[in-house]
Amino acid sequence: MSVVVFVEVKNKVSKAAMEAVYYGSQLGSVTVVTYGDTSEEILKELGNYGAENILVCRSLNESNDQALTNLIVAAVEKTNAEFVVLAQDQTGKGVGPRISAKLNAGHISGAIDLPETSNGFVVKTNVYSGKAIAHVALHSAKKVISILPNSLAPQLNQKDANLEEFSPDLGTFGIKVKELKSQGDGVPLPEAELVVSAGRGLKGPENWGIVEDLADVLGATTACSRPVADIGWRPHHEHVGQTGVAIRPNLYIAAGISGAIQHLAGVNGSKVIVVINTDPEAPFFKAADYGIVGDAFEVLPRLTEAVKKFSASQN
Amino acid sequence: MKLLVCISKVPDTTSKINFVDNNTKFDENGVQYIVNPYDEWYALVRALELVEAQGGSVTTITVGTASDDPTIRKALAIGANDAVRIDADPSDPHFVAKQIAEYAKNENYDIILTGKETINYNGSQIGGMIAEMLNTPFVSLATKLDVNNNVATLERDVKGGVEVVEVVTPFVLSAAKGMAEQRIPNMRGIMAARTKPLNVISPVEQEPLSSVVKFELPDAKSGCKYIEPENMDELVELLHNEAKVI
Ligand SMILES: Cc1cc2nc3c(=O)[nH]c(=O)nc-3n(C[C@H](O)[C@H](O)[C@H](O)COP(=O)(O)OP(=O)(O)OC[C@H]3O[C@@H](n4cnc5c(N)ncnc54)[C@H](O)[C@@H]3O)c2cc1C
Ligand SMILES: Nc1ncnc2c1ncn2[C@@H]1O[C@H](COP(=O)(O)O)[C@@H](O)[C@H]1O
Repeated sequence: MSVVVFVEVKNKVSKAAMEAVYYGSQLGSVTVVTYGDTSEEILKELGNYGAENILVCRSLNESNDQALTNLIVAAVEKTNAEFVVLAQDQTGKGVGPRISAKLNAGHISGAIDLPETSNGFVVKTNVYSGKAIAHVALHSAKKVISILPNSLAPQLNQKDANLEEFSPDLGTFGIKVKELKSQGDGVPLPEAELVVSAGRGLKGPENWGIVEDLADVLGATTACSRPVADIGWRPHHEHVGQTGVAIRPNLYIAAGISGAIQHLAGVNGSKVIVVINTDPEAPFFKAADYGIVGDAFEVLPRLTEAVKKFSASQN
Repeated sequence: MKLLVCISKVPDTTSKINFVDNNTKFDENGVQYIVNPYDEWYALVRALELVEAQGGSVTTITVGTASDDPTIRKALAIGANDAVRIDADPSDPHFVAKQIAEYAKNENYDIILTGKETINYNGSQIGGMIAEMLNTPFVSLATKLDVNNNVATLERDVKGGVEVVEVVTPFVLSAAKGMAEQRIPNMRGIMAARTKPLNVISPVEQEPLSSVVKFELPDAKSGCKYIEPENMDELVELLHNEAKVI
């Protein structure tokens, strides 16, 4: 069985790329397709997760939905692949549905597990904003699977990846990129394994230092509740929940967030949830693994110190 | 400017999620339906703002059954000129996208707007599929939209930041937070909506490529372990040794 896995690799193989390649290697023989000027050495690391062939399109340097669709479909034709696997990230949300429409292939949007194949081809995905899981069957010969970031633990699956330059016709680019306003180099929220988040309980934007300090010592990404982004205390891209970013980190620490159902909808896929709130009745405690009834202004700095002490003892 | 906004109905965000018939069907008992927030707050309202400023029309389109009509009327009350409903069960994303693409094919819309995702299926699929079927660009996760003649300037969320892009119409976009502010329909709008055209048309053939076999609810948390606010060393120890996340 031939599998095409699409990844984006800049100066490092991201967790999302490892997950996609590993997922693909569990379905069949993996040909990775990618683009840009990333060094051969970095690309070959994909072999660690099961890539056998790597097709790289050097002439493409931007994530254009039409060009990427043509690139991926050309790789499917070249390898006669049955599966296309990619990450359900910002790029994936643009190209996944396009590829599936072009190939007339059923699409799993946001797979959270490997397929169950004892009776057809069935994959689990989150629905109802993480409040339920659907088992979706695909009936088409070709299948497109977009993986929700942080859903699998990619395992080493050593292959000696063969690299080949690939330059099919990419067609027309309908979208012209004028500018990229960067958010900095931190781990983007959907891929973050550790997240420290805060809400209206922090009282004002000037108090976020204690949230950032904790995030720094943990190597975590920061997030916030919706009202905090709406009133401009924090940037919009940090807003998690039903109408913001949905995340599923290993650890989600929430300080001064009440735990409204729309907030939970975006974070309830987290493996472990720690809640810090002065109100013992805050609904978030019902969704928490560890709870601290206390003042975030005291607890956060204390937790930061405890993490520092712990990290020092580990070295 | 001729705009088409894809509208779907979803359970209210506070709904309790349960399933019936051996976990194969969503339990509608006591559930209130609303217009999918991304479709209503962002896609529809921005479309209306553009047409109010520059002239034109906003049509909504829904693949659904008569049970969708109340949410369609809500979109008309907010200000859409007319609505189309393709009379079918919107089970499979390919099926839904195909219906909308077939309808739009000969109608010369400048922009087709969808929401970023439906809050029930969270598929983020329909917009990209329509764009591919109509062979137009797809601007996913757009947070800002301005149109000047046939050139649109948009901002959208991409990996690591926000991209400013330019696209020539026609194209398809998916709308995310930031594009507009929610509008509450007023009495006049609600009255007017009753007589605005809601055209019901029949679906075209399209084999479903996927189906939901069953649903399940995620495992319930086993309960919260409380730690004294003074004891953050204990929390770190638990996160390391018990939860194994740091
Ligand atoms: C359709 C819809 C979609 C929505 N989507 C989202 C979404 O995507 N994401 C989202 O977050 N919300 C969303 N909301 C809003 C949501 O309903 C809540 O209003 C919001 O999550 C509350 O934010 P909060 O917890 O920061 O603030 P609050 O509800 O005001 O809670 C503040 C909490 O801080 C605690 N607190 C106060 N002082 C301290 C202190 N010193 N130390 C510790 N704790 C303290 C309080 O006890 C309280 O629990 C949505 C709402 C609707 C209607
Ligand atoms: N049944 C439907 N009828 C019309 N538009 C829909 C329908 N389902 C989804 N959409 C549109 O497609 C967007 C993305 O939906 P989804 O791919 O299900 O997440 C929604 O925000 C709507 O704009």
